[in-house]
Amino acid sequence: MVTLSVNGKVHTVDVPPDMPLLWVLRDVVGLTGTKFGCGMALCGACTIHVDGQPIRSCVTPVAAATGKSITTIEAIGETPAGKRVQQAWLDLDVVQCGYCQSGQIMAAAALLARKPRPTDADIDAAMAGNICRCGTYPRIRTAIKQAALSKAAWGA
Amino acid sequence: MLGFRLPPIEPNDVFAPNAFVRIGRDGRVTLMMHKVEMGQGTYTSMPMLLAEELEVDLSQVHLEHAPPDDKLYADPLLGVQSTGASTSVRGAWDPLRRAGATARAMLVAAAAETWKVEPGSCRAAHGAVIHGPTGRSLGYGALVARAATLPAPRDVTLKEPNDFKLIGTPAKRLDAPSKVNGTARFGIDVSVPGMKVATVAACPVFGGKLASVEDSKAKAIQGVRQVVRLDDSVAVVADHMWAAKQGLAALDIGWDAGPNATLSTADIVQQLAAASQRAGVVARQDGDPARALAGAARKVEAVYEVPFLAHATMEPVNCTVHVRPDACDIWVGTQVPAFAQTAAAKLTGLPLSRVRVHNHFLGGGFGRRLEVDFIRQAVRIAQQVASPVKVVWTREEDIQHDMYRPYYYDRIAAGLDERGRPIAWSHRIAGSSIETRWVGDLFPKNLRVIRAGGIHRLRAMIKHLDLDAVEGAAEPPYSLPNIRVEYVRQEPPGVPTAFWRGVGPTHNIFVVESFIDELAAAAQQDAFEYRRALLDGSPRARAVLELAAREAGWGTPLAPGSGRGISLLHAFGSYVAQVAEVSVSKQGEVRVPRVVCAVDCGVIVNPDTVKAQMESGIIFGISAVLFGEITVKDGRVEQHNFNDYRVLRINEAPAIEVHLVKSTEAPGGVGEPGTSAVMPAVANAVYAATGKRIRKLPVKPDRLRSA
Repeated sequence: MVTLSVNGKVHTVDVPPDMPLLWVLRDVVGLTGTKFGCGMALCGACTIHVDGQPIRSCVTPVAAATGKSITTIEAIGETPAGKRVQQAWLDLDVVQCGYCQSGQIMAAAALLARKPRPTDADIDAAMAGNICRCGTYPRIRTAIKQAALSKAAWGA
Repeated sequence: MLGFRLPPIEPNDVFAPNAFVRIGRDGRVTLMMHKVEMGQGTYTSMPMLLAEELEVDLSQVHLEHAPPDDKLYADPLLGVQSTGASTSVRGAWDPLRRAGATARAMLVAAAAETWKVEPGSCRAAHGAVIHGPTGRSLGYGALVARAATLPAPRDVTLKEPNDFKLIGTPAKRLDAPSKVNGTARFGIDVSVPGMKVATVAACPVFGGKLASVEDSKAKAIQGVRQVVRLDDSVAVVADHMWAAKQGLAALDIGWDAGPNATLSTADIVQQLAAASQRAGVVARQDGDPARALAGAARKVEAVYEVPFLAHATMEPVNCTVHVRPDACDIWVGTQVPAFAQTAAAKLTGLPLSRVRVHNHFLGGGFGRRLEVDFIRQAVRIAQQVASPVKVVWTREEDIQHDMYRPYYYDRIAAGLDERGRPIAWSHRIAGSSIETRWVGDLFPKNLRVIRAGGIHRLRAMIKHLDLDAVEGAAEPPYSLPNIRVEYVRQEPPGVPTAFWRGVGPTHNIFVVESFIDELAAAAQQDAFEYRRALLDGSPRARAVLELAAREAGWGTPLAPGSGRGISLLHAFGSYVAQVAEVSVSKQGEVRVPRVVCAVDCGVIVNPDTVKAQMESGIIFGISAVLFGEITVKDGRVEQHNFNDYRVLRINEAPAIEVHLVKSTEAPGGVGEPGTSAVMPAVANAVYAATGKRIRKLPVKPDRLRSA
């Protein structure tokens, strides 16, 4: 048995300790917002936060997250950065097929939480691991900058 | 609002004047959505067409997936219920506006009857009918009972473009909220009671069979429930994907490689090169190109090659199926729900009415989900499983068992007169015919496809001409007085081929637009001016070309090692011109910092979607031109995942500027032209930067290295 804290809720699941968090979340806990894209940390679709850090859940064993706080796309809107990112995504109509966007938003929210005013180079570094086949990259870049623009939300 | 989860309206309480519209007593408007959403914005553009004529706000339209039904929901351009080939707005432009206008006319008539006034004194707005002289108004919900008893008018008048309130305005995507908070449901997210999860390995060699499986180790893994054997593949069924993956890895599988055991890309290219020496089916013949070529002042010849490509949709291929003795349910994201239903009915022996297809959001389509190979496979697996089973392919399976954009081999030649103008043009295309396989697979639906295609398509099929394979080549927008375009069908042994974003034009526009660039260079003329001078007969093409060149600053200096390339496309009913800027490093690495795109797609329904589709198509095309290549060795695909099947990432993506041309012409497609146009623009820019002509894709750094 493994005990996990996901989006503030405790789950006890009967899974092997080496099972990747991705499949625990999707197939056992039932949170399907986190996506499977490659299984090798190559595409970023499965990005979640563990103690606020963005990680690739497809290669992170569940055992590595016990006792830590897991946040997924379903609850990222409850964080200040996540909320701003989601709003900017809506304002600019970033999404197309939408499949990669959970991971994109999780990566962007982590970037803004760490660096409220990212440069283009910061955006490249933080987002280059997240593939989008619909080519929403130009809008992702603009949306991150927009989410960063107004200082008020950062409690400054 | 997307209302897929709402319970269906009781039939007695609903006004259903046609196959597309349902209005309930509560006034709720439902559009029976016959197109699928794979990112291209149909879930927004289709409701806009209906709402415009029905006189309701876009927020009042709920969507419900239409059931598979070719009689009611076939695309007029395709003949079947399919979402692809950039046809959604083109095909639905008339039927959906007409559906809205018909319903509106009946609701107005119902209100006029209620009030005993002339229908002409009433108008509709925001989901209600208003009596002008008295200001009385009744919501649509209050009118449905009476409207349902009225005859549908035979003919309705559609709005003039000047009166459009929604069409042409940048409407927000209706699917966006669910896609930013994780609640959007894709096929892979399906969960039904008792469901198991399976993952599968097909024979890695094309056409090979399963010989033996030793499964004792797999069955010992916690969560593994069953091993299912098919003739060409094996699946492990488990409680979750991780156990299924572990189980599959633990199998000891023997494959019978079959006849393609030694097949390589080189064999396939050799066959194509040989085929391209044969005369083909004539797709276009004007004047006497052979004679004009013989008398030309200068002759230019080239061979172009484009590789096999995978679709690599972000959502790996998956399909959930529950087969019972008397029914079959399929949960999937598919571009072709009616084919999915037919395929499952054939396999199970069930009547169509007992096969239900529950369609979902598609995590990318690009042509991959026009195919039902994976749905057939999932049904075959489910036939051996007692519970519902979700079959999910790993990314490696998705890359290695895709159905690929064909390898094409083109011979092209032109004769120039003394001023450098092309007086002869000869183009022979050799490659796989997807259309022949696709239409053949559809029997008996192929009759519908042929009927929709009309006499032009029927004539082509009789002479074995694949119109898709020559689209973009047979009718270039330029004045070419003597032109001959031929097609030679040559199938790669074993390698399944399929439509890929941009279909025929993605290959042909690359060849034609690269070659016209070669002619400009041979004539020592500017690539933009050279094209422009050949466009007297095509003012829309010339206008987008000029717009793109102007906005890009064509002719202004760039840094050393950089270059600009231009391209022009007329396909899918749209005109697109692009200017790409590239920089090439001493190591031969190509970067594309900027693309300027001009689009004339006729009437624009949602301008923001048109822009988004151009951005999307351009980035999809740059992935292909710089990296995209599937190769075959020992009968197997050599690529596995995003590490060796590279796609563009955000740090490599260009700044993109899209300029829209205002037009009242019939709407054209926008999903694919961006992809088709960008490939030659980039290749021509590489030539401008390096003097090296790209005649074979993808662009390889080692061919461009200067240090």
